[in-house]
Amino acid sequence: MRFTVLAGVFLVLAFAAVAAALTSGEVSARADGGTLRLVAYSTPREAYGKLIDDFKDTTAGRGTSFEQSYGASGEQARAVIAGLKADVVAFSLELDMTSLVKAGLVAKTWKQDRFGGMVTRSVVVFAVRKGNPEKIRSWADLIKPGIDVVTPNVQTSGGAKWNVMAAYGAQRKLGLSRQRSVRYLEKLYDHVVSQDKSAREALQTFLAGRGDVLLAYENEALFAQKHNQALDFVIPKATISIENPIAVVKRSGNRTTARAFISYLRTKPAQLIFGENGYRPVLRSAAKQFGFPVPPRQFTIKYLGGWANVDKRFFDPRTGIVTKIQKRKGG
Amino acid sequence: MGLATAYLSLIVLLPLAALVWHAGKAGRSGFWEAVSDPQAVSALKLTLAVSAVVCLVNAVMGTVVAWILVRDRFPGQGVVNAIIDLPFALPTIVAGLTLLALYGPNGPVGVNVAFSRTAVFLALLFVTLPFVIRTVQPVLLELDRDMEEAAASLGAGPLLTFRHIVFPNVFPAILSGVALAFARAIGEFGAVVLISGNLPFKTEVASVFIFGQIESGDAPGAAAVSVVILFISFAVLLAIGALRRLTTRHDRA
Amino acid sequence: MHRWVLRALGLSYLGVLLAAPVGLVFWRTFEHGVGPAWDAVTTPAAKHAFVVTITIAAIAVPANTIFGVICALAIVRRRFPGKGILNALVDLPLALSPVVVGLAFLLLYGRNGWFGSWLTEHGVQIVFALPGMILVTIFVSLPFVVREVVPVLHEIGTEQEQAAATLGASGFQTFRRVTLPAIRWAVGYGVVLTTARALGEFGAVSVVSGHVVGKTETMTLHVEESYQSFDYVGAYAASVVLALLAISTLLAMSLFKPKEEIR
Repeated sequence: MRFTVLAGVFLVLAFAAVAAALTSGEVSARADGGTLRLVAYSTPREAYGKLIDDFKDTTAGRGTSFEQSYGASGEQARAVIAGLKADVVAFSLELDMTSLVKAGLVAKTWKQDRFGGMVTRSVVVFAVRKGNPEKIRSWADLIKPGIDVVTPNVQTSGGAKWNVMAAYGAQRKLGLSRQRSVRYLEKLYDHVVSQDKSAREALQTFLAGRGDVLLAYENEALFAQKHNQALDFVIPKATISIENPIAVVKRSGNRTTARAFISYLRTKPAQLIFGENGYRPVLRSAAKQFGFPVPPRQFTIKYLGGWANVDKRFFDPRTGIVTKIQKRKGG
Repeated sequence: MGLATAYLSLIVLLPLAALVWHAGKAGRSGFWEAVSDPQAVSALKLTLAVSAVVCLVNAVMGTVVAWILVRDRFPGQGVVNAIIDLPFALPTIVAGLTLLALYGPNGPVGVNVAFSRTAVFLALLFVTLPFVIRTVQPVLLELDRDMEEAAASLGAGPLLTFRHIVFPNVFPAILSGVALAFARAIGEFGAVVLISGNLPFKTEVASVFIFGQIESGDAPGAAAVSVVILFISFAVLLAIGALRRLTTRHDRA
Repeated sequence: MHRWVLRALGLSYLGVLLAAPVGLVFWRTFEHGVGPAWDAVTTPAAKHAFVVTITIAAIAVPANTIFGVICALAIVRRRFPGKGILNALVDLPLALSPVVVGLAFLLLYGRNGWFGSWLTEHGVQIVFALPGMILVTIFVSLPFVVREVVPVLHEIGTEQEQAAATLGASGFQTFRRVTLPAIRWAVGYGVVLTTARALGEFGAVSVVSGHVVGKTETMTLHVEESYQSFDYVGAYAASVVLALLAISTLLAMSLFKPKEEIR
C-alpha cells in the first residue's frame, strides 16, 4: 500500500518538475534588445560576467538579455557544430574557430578586422612552486635531470598545443634547426609526468602536488594567484604570444547586437576588465596601463607557419610530430 | 513485454546503433586502424586488467559488507548502510578529488599512489563499491534461514554453512553485482581522469583515450574503439549471465 | 569469532574506501563554518543547478523503475528467443563510457545527427536542452532496478504466484499482492541506486548539456565549474547536497521495511 503511495508521490513530483521546467524557460527571455547567446571557453567566465553587466549599461546593450555557456574550448566548438545555439563564440584557440568556419557557421572573413579577429592575448609561462625552489627560468631548465613537467594532453587541450608550439618555437627563436628543435620536444616529453585533458585540470594537478613546473597560459597562472593558490610563474625569454579569437555566428538571429557586443569588448573599458582578469589586452592603450612584461623573443604562431600548417605537421593524429613522440614514449 | 522492448529500443538501442554506424563510417580499414593503434590497445589492456581485479575485490569485499549489514548488528550500522550508495551520488569528479586529496602527494596519510596504475585501481574500486553490496543485500534478506538453522543444529560450523548453503544462493546475486561493476569499471571516466595522470601507455584508460580521439576530431575512430569495448563487455555480460542462470536454483522445496 | 573478523574486515574496507573520502567532502565543506557553505549553495547558479538536477531525476527514476520491474519480470518469468541478449543489453548502458554516451546521443539528435534535420525543422530542441539531458540520464541509470529485482525473483520462485493463479487471481492482482511485496526490498534498493546514479551523472550530461548558465547546468556540472574556479567550498558544499539527497532517498525507501518478518 505504501509502495503505491510513494510511487504516486514520485509521479506527481515528476509531473510538477516537468511543468516547472517547461515554464521556467519563458520567464527570462523577454527583453528589448533580444537575447544574446555567448558560447565561450572556460577561463574567461568571471571576466565575461562583469563585461556583460557593463555592456548592458551601454546604449547598444540596453535591454539585452544574455545566455552564457562556458566549457573547454574544443568541446564548445563541437557543441556549436552539433547544434548548440550561439550568437557570439569565443575560443582559446584559432583552430576551434576554424572548425566552425569549415562547418559553415562562421564567415571566412571573421579575421578581417583591426585586431585580426582576436579579443585577448596571453603568453605561455612556467608555473612553479612558490619561491621557485628548482630555479626554473629557461626552456633548458625544463629538461634538467629530475625535473617533472606537467602539461595537458595535446589530443584534448588547445592549451597544450600552445605549450608545445611555445617550446618548439622558442628553440627555433634561439637559433636551433628544425631537427634540433624537434629533439628538444622529445626530451621535454621525457620529463612530462601528467597529461590532463584540459589546461585547467593540469593546473589543478600541479596544485595538488604533482610535478615541479607547469606549462600554462599567463592568465591561468594569474587567475590561480588571484584565488590564493600557491604558485609563482616565470615568463621565459622566448615564448609564444597566445591569441584568443572571437566572432559572430552566421545564423545568429541577433547579428547587430552581437557585433555591437564584440565591438564593445575591444573598447578601453572592456579591455581593462580583461586586463584585471589576467588577460593581455589587444588594445594597445589598455595594455600600456597594465605593464605586462613583454618577453624579448616573443613570437606568434605566424612565425611557425600559422595554425593550419602547424596542426597538420605536429598534431595530425597519425603523422604528427608530437603524435609520434607520444607513441615512441610508450609503444 | 512489448513495452519493455519498445522502451529499451528507444532509449538504448538507437544510440548504440548510431554509434556502431558511425564506427563503420571509416570503412573496414579505418576501423581496423583505429582499433589496432598501439595506444588504443594499451589503453584497452589496462582497462580490462584493472577492471577484472576490481571485480574480484568487489565480489569478495562486497559480499563481506553485505553480510555485516544484514546479518550483523553493530552501532552505526544504519549510517554505514546509508552511505554505501554515495559513490554513485557524488559526481565522479568529486570521487577523483577526494581520493587525490587523501592518497595523493599532499595526502594526510603519507601514502601517495596518485598518477599511477594503483590510482586507477583505487578510483575504479570506489565507483563500483555499491554494486555487489546492493545486489547481495536483498537476497540475503530474502534468504530462508531455516536451512542455515538446520545445518547449525546438525553441528555444521559457520564456514561450512556458508559454503554449502548460503553461498550457492547468493552467488547469482554476486554475479549480478560483478556484471554491473565490470560494466561500470571499463567505462569509467570522471573519477579516473583526475587521479591517474592519463599518461598514454602507462595510466591512460580506454575511456580517456576515446575522449582524446573525439577531441582530435576522430569521431569515427573513437566510435570504433567504443564499439570494441562494447563487444567485449557484451561478451563478458553474456558469459556472466549464462553463469548466473546455470548456478541459480529454481526449485524451492 | 568469525563475526568479529568479518566486521573488522568489512568496516576497515569501507573506512579506507568510503568513509574517508566522504568524510573529507563533509569536512572541506564545513571547514570554514556553516555560513560560507550555505552561501555557496544558495547562489543563483547553485539553486538553478539544484532544480535542474531534481527535475531530471524526478523523471528518470520513475521511468526506469517501472521499466525495470517489467523487464525483470520478462527476463525471469518468460521464455523467449534472445533473452540472454536482452539481459546483456540491459547492462550495456553502464559499459559505455559517459563521453561515448554523450557522443551517441549527439549522433542521434544533434544538428547533423540522424534525427537532426527533422528536429530542426519542427523547432524541437533535444540536445543542449533538458530533454536530451533527461534521456541521457535515463540511459545511464537504466540497469539498476532490473539487476536488483532479477536475483530476488529467482530466489523467491514461482509457487506463490502459481498458487494465487490457481485461486483465481488475475495477473495484475497476483503482481500487486504476491510478487510486489516480495520484491519490494529489491525495488527499493534499485530505486536508491537509480536515484543516486541519476543525481551523480556527470560525463554524459556534460556532453549534451551545452553548459548554459542557469539553464542546463546540473549540480554535478556546477560542482565541476566551482572546483575549476577554485571555489572549493562551493564544489564540496554542492557535493554534500547531492550526498544528502541520495541518503534521504535511502531513508525514504527504508520506510518500506516490513515490520519484523513473520515466520
